[in-house]
Amino acid sequence: SLSGYLKRENVRSLTMSGHVGFESLPDQLVNRSIQQGFCFNILCVGETGIGKSTLIDTLFNTNFEDYESSHFCPNVKLKAQTYELQESNVRLKLTIVNTVGFGDQINKEESYQPIVDYIDAQFEAYLQEELKIKRSLFTYHDSRIHVCLYFISPTGHSLKTLDLLTMKNLDSKVNIIPVIAKADTVSKTELQKFKIKLMSELVSNGVQIYQFPTDDDTIAKVNAAMNGQLPFAVVGSMDEVKVGNKMVKARQYPWGVVQVENENHCDFVKLREMLICTNMEDLREQTHTRHYELYRRCKLEEMGFTDVGPENKPVSLQETYEAKRHEFHGERQRKEEEMKQMFVQRVKEKEAILKEAERELQAKFEHLKRLHQEERMKLEEKRRLLEEEIIAFSKKKATSEIFHGQSFLATGSNLRKDKDRKNSNFL
Amino acid sequence: MHSAFLSTRTTRIHRKSVKKGFDFTLMVAGESGLGKSTLVNSLFLTDLYRDRKLLGAEERIMQTVEITKHAVDIEEKGVRLRLTIVDTPGFGDAVNNTECWKPVAEYIDQQFEQYFRDESGLNRKNIQDNRVHCCLYFISPFGHGLRPLDVEFMKALHQRVNIVPILAKADTLTPPEVDRKKRKIREEIEHFGIKIYQFPDCDSDEDEDFKLQDQALKESIPFAVIGSNTVVEARGRRVRGRLYPWGIVEVENPGHCDFVKLRTMLVRTHMQDLKDVTRETHYENYRAQCIQSMTRLVVKERNRKDRSRN
Repeated sequence: SLSGYLKRENVRSLTMSGHVGFESLPDQLVNRSIQQGFCFNILCVGETGIGKSTLIDTLFNTNFEDYESSHFCPNVKLKAQTYELQESNVRLKLTIVNTVGFGDQINKEESYQPIVDYIDAQFEAYLQEELKIKRSLFTYHDSRIHVCLYFISPTGHSLKTLDLLTMKNLDSKVNIIPVIAKADTVSKTELQKFKIKLMSELVSNGVQIYQFPTDDDTIAKVNAAMNGQLPFAVVGSMDEVKVGNKMVKARQYPWGVVQVENENHCDFVKLREMLICTNMEDLREQTHTRHYELYRRCKLEEMGFTDVGPENKPVSLQETYEAKRHEFHGERQRKEEEMKQMFVQRVKEKEAILKEAERELQAKFEHLKRLHQEERMKLEEKRRLLEEEIIAFSKKKATSEIFHGQSFLATGSNLRKDKDRKNSNFL
Repeated sequence: MHSAFLSTRTTRIHRKSVKKGFDFTLMVAGESGLGKSTLVNSLFLTDLYRDRKLLGAEERIMQTVEITKHAVDIEEKGVRLRLTIVDTPGFGDAVNNTECWKPVAEYIDQQFEQYFRDESGLNRKNIQDNRVHCCLYFISPFGHGLRPLDVEFMKALHQRVNIVPILAKADTLTPPEVDRKKRKIREEIEHFGIKIYQFPDCDSDEDEDFKLQDQALKESIPFAVIGSNTVVEARGRRVRGRLYPWGIVEVENPGHCDFVKLRTMLVRTHMQDLKDVTRETHYENYRAQCIQSMTRLVVKERNRKDRSRN
């Protein structure tokens, strides 16, 4: 109780003797919010062609985008677009994120992952901004997803296996509001059974969907009633049909006209009320205080941060951060040293190898040189001998020439005599 | 004299066939929740699926594709029809549907194989024909046309069975949406080279009305259908329909959907042609392939023996 709290905190409650004026504080808050503008981010998850874009158009009464996606995308992707809307003096920065190609692949085991990754990425961006030393949180464009509209196919039976798998992976990260799409193909009695079956499947599989808050007395009653109407059976249309003497948003069939804003025809009005008029602020708050906080805690724990250090003394984030930084620094230095050592070692080894190679090369060179020397000496010897022979031969030649010339000057008989003599030498 | 002979002959054929009775095997395929069972009930005005149990999402995660058969005997003005409906529960329902068309293709082939064996046997007096004469493939109306699974299924089966594509739960589409979707699906069928069942061209000497009807039939593909298990009161009559806060959809109202066209085509005018095409084209293809591969095996075996002998 307030008085108990005040007593504990040594705070006395006093009565004022006149009007001071701080009752205007809520108005000041409103004015400030209006000045700043609001930001709201919706994620639509559903099969291609199920009516995501049409429903958003209808909810915000605006034709946002215009083209049909293909069924043949190999993976699931997410497409985000931001718009500035204004209603009287309230500005809304609306971001719409749609899945593209969801439910089209033959193997859908990985289909939910890109969605989870996208949601986490927005949390991460916010976390990074929060951890900055010089941060601009108040002008930061918050891209975190405030609500996920999950579009259920109107089979009339139950959830699809993909729906179960996807919602189980999203329910701890985002506020999920399931809707039955294209509900004008489900009759009233079928719808009752369908809703019951869907909710029981969600409950029995432990899927946590968003509950409209019932703690604020002014809206508790209507919110509680609405919680019992989930999932909302919706029909979207930007086409207008004349009903009575009014033009209303509707779909015209040969058997009748389905009016989007007729509560007897579908739950569109309920969805618009709950999503935009009543609970938009709660959706934003839950995103920040529950889903984002969970992400942040998990992320920081992963990085090794803790609230309570050894000896159970509280540890501040700054201290932990400094300690981490120091640790990383030390680690980095150690690694650098290690690398340096390794480098030096490698250089030494290389040097040794090169030296060895040099030595070998030198030895080879010496050996070759020796061989060469020997060969050379041999050749020199041969040359010398050859030269001696040449000299000897020249001498002989000279001598025989002189001799030859003398005998010729005499007579030819000398020649004969020489011949005989020569020949007799042979005999 | 000539025409009298023909008329007695045709009367005799007529009488004999009535005595023998007719049989027809119809397969319905497509993911859960598209109204297949309701449509079958509406087509044959029976309740084939009275005791069936529908599985929830959790149970379907690990589900495999089954093939189930329901056979009923129905009679109309002395003509008996043994109708067999083949269902494919689980098709397209798992998270990973890789090759989920395989059990279906295998089933069809098994019926061909059984007939092939029976036909080649010595005693051919009471051959049972379990071959699938027609497959109604249900396309979801909630998307923009064909999906990858639809293309894969139809391509795997178009040379085994007559495929008649159905645009299911058509009460989710306004008339311009129906036209647009039909056109898109027809374009996609051509683009992907899918050979669906072709209505035979009518003879040039048929009367104009018949020709127009025939043309209209061809342009109605895929048939945009609505089915119903319940009878409602509409415009002073009791009809099969669906009751909505904004109006009543009448299943047999040609202005509401193509149900009547489908029933006429399937039961009243083209049932025999569907059987003929199954026998003369799909089965013959299977038989030829079978014989070819058997011959290849025999030749291979013979060559192997020759080689080992030498």
